[in-house]
Amino acid sequence: MTPISDDILQQALQWKRQGQGVALATVIQTWGSAPRPAGAQLAVNDSGAFSGSVSGGCIEGEVVERALDIIKAGGTQLCEFGISNTRAWETGLACGGTLKIFIEFVD
Amino acid sequence: MKTDTLQQLINARQAKEPVTLITDLETGQSWISAPTDLDEDHGIYPSDLREEARRALSQDKPLIIERGQNTYFLNPFNPPLRLIVVGAVHIAQPLCQMAAISGYAVTLIDPRTAFATDQRFPDVEIITDWPDEAIRNLKPDSRTSVVTLTHDPKLDDPALDAALRSHPFYIGALGSRKTHAARLKRLAALGHEAAALEKISGPVGLDIGSKSPAEIALSILAEMTCVLRKNKLHEEGNAGGENDGA
Repeated sequence: MTPISDDILQQALQWKRQGQGVALATVIQTWGSAPRPAGAQLAVNDSGAFSGSVSGGCIEGEVVERALDIIKAGGTQLCEFGISNTRAWETGLACGGTLKIFIEFVD
Repeated sequence: MKTDTLQQLINARQAKEPVTLITDLETGQSWISAPTDLDEDHGIYPSDLREEARRALSQDKPLIIERGQNTYFLNPFNPPLRLIVVGAVHIAQPLCQMAAISGYAVTLIDPRTAFATDQRFPDVEIITDWPDEAIRNLKPDSRTSVVTLTHDPKLDDPALDAALRSHPFYIGALGSRKTHAARLKRLAALGHEAAALEKISGPVGLDIGSKSPAEIALSILAEMTCVLRKNKLHEEGNAGGENDGA
């Protein structure tokens, strides 16, 4: 039986092969209480569908939004979420942690 | 990331090869680094990152490395954790499924072909060799767990004997305290030291009052996770497990 953790990358590649725009978000660093460790990934396609996670669900909405911008514009973005970031605070990182996320276009 | 790099990463995962994905967080460029790569393969990023890429793999944790103006993120992709289940019994059915969901590549060993059928275990890799031979061939390592469920000494004993001669992070054996005590005596007679025998969790699993096969599978998976992540077999209040499978 194959473990399911490969699904995120495979999903990203499958979307790409189907001609969809794809971005990949990766947790780079965490401080304090964060539900997903560094290395955790989230794949997003141009219709906003996503696979995987970078938090316990608190900031996925915001990350998907930014990923959609990246899919349109290309390139990469390094963003920080947490208490110090007012916008992320609105998004609500209830666990009180801070994390740095790298979002990249798959080209 | 280039689609080619993504494809390369997926290929390495499918071939169960350990690789590190190196990303330059400034430029967004990324490369796949395998421990087997030769120096000349990687003129493209600082060559000392290869050593760091190996370190990320051995720690199974990403690293952030600064080199001059650049910051690199080294994300290790180790082959999946492995679970070797001996005994294609009822408990093995939920255990194989739950373990796969938890990130394990699962192999099931049972020479009794009436038990070990594709119909009972769809999508599970099944080996019908005798357990000691099968386990020797699978070479359990520090990312492998071995669980025996047959409760039949002629199958469990050779499996445990072979498991103790390799280095899995977890060994669990289904059976009552009485069964387990008798089993330990037989394994000691095969030349295993008392300290080595303590590595076997028996009765297998955390004491969460499990009754059904799925609940017992859950308690086994919970104990495996505890040993993997906390490096502790016997937690206060959980000593000895509880699933005797009687």
